[in-house]
Amino acid sequence: MTKRSLIVGVDVGGTFTDLFFFDQDDGSCLVGKVPSTRGDASLGFLDGLRGGAKDLRTLATVIHGTTVGTNALLERKGAKTGLITTRGFRDVLEMRRRDRPRTWGLWGQFVPIVSRDLRLEVAERTLADGTMREPVDAEDVKTAARELLRLGAEACCIFFVNAYANAENERAAFAAVKSVWPNEYVVASSQILPEIREYERASTTALNAYLQPVVGDYLQRIDQSLREEGFGGQILIVQSNGGVMTVESARRLPIRTALSGPAAGVIAASHIAASAGYPNVITCDMGGTSFDVSLVVDGASALAAETAIDFGLVVRTAMIEITTIGAGGGSIAWVDRGGVLQIGPQSAGADPGPVCYGLGGDEPTVTDANLVLGRINAERPIGGKLARLDVGAARDAVERRIGAPLKLDAVAAADAIIRVANARMAGAIRLVSIERGHDPKDFVILPFGGGGALHAGALAREVGLAKALVPRYPGVTSALGCLIADMRHDYVQTINRLLDEIDTAALDATIRGFDRDGAELLDHAEMRFEARATIYELDMSYVGQTHTISVPLPPAAELSRETILAAFEARYREIYGRLLDGIAIRLLNVRVAVIGKRSKFDLTLLAPDPGTTVAAARRGSRRVFAEGNWHETTIFERLALPVAARIAGPALFEQPDTTVFLAPGDEAEVDRFGNLLMFRQP
Amino acid sequence: MIDPVTLAVLKGRLEQLADEMDATLFRSAFNPIIAEAHDASHGLYHRDTGATLVQGKSGLPVFVGVMAFAVKAVIDKARRDGDLGDGDVYIFNDPYDGGTHLSDFKLVRPYFRDGGLFCYLASVGHWHDVGGNVPGNYNPAATESYQEGMHIPPVKLCVKGTLRQDIVDILQANSRQPGSLYGDLNGQLNALDLGVRRLDALLDAYGAAVIEEAFAELTARAAQLMRANIAELPDGTFSCDDFLDNDGIIDRPLKIALDLRKTGDRLTLDFSRSAPGCAGPVNIARSTAIAACYVTLKHVFQDVPANAGVLEPIDIVIPDGSILAATAPKPVGGYTETILRIGDVIFGALAKAAPERSNGPAYGTINALSLAGHRHDGRRWVMFSFFGGGHGGHPEGDGLNHGNAPISTATIPPIEILEAAYPVMFTQWALRPDSGGPGEHRGGLGAIYEIELLEENAEVFLFGERGRFPPRGVAGGGDAALNRFLFEQDDGFHEPPMASKIVGVTIKCGQHVRIESPGGGGYGAAERRDPAAVAADLRLGYITAEAAARDYPAAADALRRRAAE
Repeated sequence: MTKRSLIVGVDVGGTFTDLFFFDQDDGSCLVGKVPSTRGDASLGFLDGLRGGAKDLRTLATVIHGTTVGTNALLERKGAKTGLITTRGFRDVLEMRRRDRPRTWGLWGQFVPIVSRDLRLEVAERTLADGTMREPVDAEDVKTAARELLRLGAEACCIFFVNAYANAENERAAFAAVKSVWPNEYVVASSQILPEIREYERASTTALNAYLQPVVGDYLQRIDQSLREEGFGGQILIVQSNGGVMTVESARRLPIRTALSGPAAGVIAASHIAASAGYPNVITCDMGGTSFDVSLVVDGASALAAETAIDFGLVVRTAMIEITTIGAGGGSIAWVDRGGVLQIGPQSAGADPGPVCYGLGGDEPTVTDANLVLGRINAERPIGGKLARLDVGAARDAVERRIGAPLKLDAVAAADAIIRVANARMAGAIRLVSIERGHDPKDFVILPFGGGGALHAGALAREVGLAKALVPRYPGVTSALGCLIADMRHDYVQTINRLLDEIDTAALDATIRGFDRDGAELLDHAEMRFEARATIYELDMSYVGQTHTISVPLPPAAELSRETILAAFEARYREIYGRLLDGIAIRLLNVRVAVIGKRSKFDLTLLAPDPGTTVAAARRGSRRVFAEGNWHETTIFERLALPVAARIAGPALFEQPDTTVFLAPGDEAEVDRFGNLLMFRQP
Repeated sequence: MIDPVTLAVLKGRLEQLADEMDATLFRSAFNPIIAEAHDASHGLYHRDTGATLVQGKSGLPVFVGVMAFAVKAVIDKARRDGDLGDGDVYIFNDPYDGGTHLSDFKLVRPYFRDGGLFCYLASVGHWHDVGGNVPGNYNPAATESYQEGMHIPPVKLCVKGTLRQDIVDILQANSRQPGSLYGDLNGQLNALDLGVRRLDALLDAYGAAVIEEAFAELTARAAQLMRANIAELPDGTFSCDDFLDNDGIIDRPLKIALDLRKTGDRLTLDFSRSAPGCAGPVNIARSTAIAACYVTLKHVFQDVPANAGVLEPIDIVIPDGSILAATAPKPVGGYTETILRIGDVIFGALAKAAPERSNGPAYGTINALSLAGHRHDGRRWVMFSFFGGGHGGHPEGDGLNHGNAPISTATIPPIEILEAAYPVMFTQWALRPDSGGPGEHRGGLGAIYEIELLEENAEVFLFGERGRFPPRGVAGGGDAALNRFLFEQDDGFHEPPMASKIVGVTIKCGQHVRIESPGGGGYGAAERRDPAAVAADLRLGYITAEAAARDYPAAADALRRRAAE
């Protein structure tokens, strides 16, 4: 029998599928990159795997960060989904929380993912305190389900008002639908999110149903194709919360993969930075159209409870908090009619792309400006699809569209584009750091993906961050993240009682139930865990407040009103300073996360070859414009630099998946992992 | 002359500073009207004129514009008194000088640099309760603003950095929710402190002269941008008239009339033909009217930034004595309804000038509903909420179903949160068929909300509009449905005599109240609507067969024929 020794992280992005192979036996690593296959992403996936493992029987674990769910949501390509709901409430999904897409301008529209004719009502009602006012009739539900099938529904979602408080009617309806539904795609809101707030619960549940057939089929295809070639290991899927789950869990809860890909990147970034001695990090991913920022404090990513994939597509599951602004390499620079230079949010995208691609774009982008300033090598475009970049066309476009109205020459105009783009990106970084009360001096910035490394040094200076840390392989950060993510399962239950009225025995039983469910999933995962951990949190507030605070409970603490009160007051004091005497306290939700810790990948395995030297890494020079002047700038083959190399700016570091720019006055050092650290000379 | 790159960078930094002040208050506020509905705003203002220099993007849209008047009131007060000092903070809620209504408390703080006044920072937030006859301060029966809440003229809340506790005591003594008031007041002070710290850092980095130049330049460029927008409209006079149902006291329609005159790159908004001041609380102060014009224009010309330059090429004409130029003590508590109507007539007039830039009006009423009573154990409860409706059809498509009011970005509380907090049960929460105005692009749908009382008795208060005059279609589009309010008594459902306004009617356990809100006005002639869109509307139940036959006869006929084949 072939020995299963390879662990592979696979990140399927819009353009490329990145793979990271790690051999557990000999410690060797291999990085792979193949074009993603639109339509059926599993084809690119398998190509990539075969590229790194001649025999799929040698694979022990394949860990997958996927955008199949995200894309299905954004492109509205989920299954035809039906909804069965409480009489009087079929429009909850369409009425949202009475918002609009933009603050300014009233031309918005919203098309719900379950159309109105596929939303059917049945008589039933549960009150807010859990009292059942009217039981559901299983025959009514079956009739509704048959009608949905007749209308062509493939998936069915059941959502009853107040089901978070008492799920009995939903459970009965679920059983009734199952008895007539021809496939496994049936889901009830209390199974997905037993949490108060009907629209958020209905939306999350409906989106889950909408994704189930798509994500389920996709995972099925991957699983089957791998098994056909002799694969006998385990497939794991990265969730939006940065943890992994089994394929079985992912098929049941595909909504938890909505931000799978970006989450994996943040996980890797925090591990890379922590290994290098920087537990506080701001990660940034500069793509073609957007700039994504995430905050890691003491090695832990900030989690958000809710996000909107698009207007009205609200998903409420724990996910790594990512702040996005529309400023990427493809973002278009323009001068508004008031004469102010603006960057984005319009983007040239991949097609036609920046002017320098020569594919028909005629509006200058951030990438064009970088090219004009000499920061990108025209002869060595990233990604390998184009032979060379057209500097002349980029310069003309920058001069015509930006230079002329601002009375600047092409170079000054390109410099202006970069400075304004940097200012916008710096704004996003301030938003997640300074505005949350963190001192930027305590953080390093870690760019991953292709574009960020050109700007990271400038961003560090502008915001006042300690250093910029460019990982050795920025382009495969998400694939690496797949490799190191822990297994994690999140649970929530709304309690919504005053602290004085809490039944602590019942609360304890709820928590223990989640503990048990999570432990069972870990047991069945057929994985070795270094350790297990559980996180208990309570959402609490003073009565009258609308925002709750998240109160961590020590796992070992005996559950009593006193311990809960003490935990709440400690946390409240930490956040707001002053307690409010005499006001009652409410416990809204209990949250439990069950985590199986996986052994961490040793990043020194990626370190540069000991035989390398700085001299041998030199690749000539070119002129780069920075800080008001042209500088003759040395170019280095980044991957050929030795550990402890120290280089003074200006310098350029080139590698297949990115270019790093070191500004005049900055200094760079290669650490023992091969990361490039950039900082201002003291 | 400031270079264009520094200007673009500083524009972003200054906007972020104001946004961060907004965010600070939203997070720390105690009352949901600020914390959830974001009924607050922050910005920087000119040291001599009070003109808006920078304003946050996340605050309540209608405050963008009104705050300049609030700051000017403080500037005048400080000039009279001659004792403006570093660390002072003024507080007031006078609606005649400072705009909007008594619930909105304005805090204004001078910012000093190198011993001289540099600019003002200000914070405004809607407090939960400021006294008056009705909890929450929406009193449709008010005939003087004294019945709407306490009046605080501009006074010093802080002197040279020291809080005057006696002022806080006066404020708290006049509110039914003194704790909430205290929390919001502190939140606003925190936001101002933060603004000062951020401005310090920015001035350290760039120097006062550069920032001052940026202020002047950004204002000039906003004016330039607005003139460029106006220049694209055709010259001429375009008029639109609309009506408020009544003022809550006298049941007589009140005209809001606009003559929009465009010449070259200037625009005049002339409201001279509007009704004179009225007895009830739908009067608004001149400053509020100007802010409403600004908000609506910004919905149309979205690229203009939030500073005083935008209003430079615009003349707003409102005669003294107008319903749009209220003076003390005219009641102004229902200002929201009147400014929504200002928006509606601007959209209507613009649709005549340049239909491709405008849209049908939205539902046009906030429907402020209070249900109040006592639980069986004697505890008092008050459920207070605003409701939604449809947005107008527009050049790109049908209007949004169930949106928020254009003057606000507030969301509606979840049913489950309301049911958990108050003894009520919603029996319906649904889109309202046939409520959107017909048109080539149909108005979005309003909603039906029906609530059953689960406790012994409750008093019902409603402040709404559009019960007699529906949102009008534009560019040939049809009108939306009227707002409708029903309350149940032993002999069945009733409508209030004032259509959408009622004070203190009692309902019993098991009885219902029901709001049917308007949709948005239609855009373009109904006969131009794609028959496939009519068919889809029928299939989805957005319109009934009866309405299809009435509003889209040709398309309905064709559908019937096809069904018969």
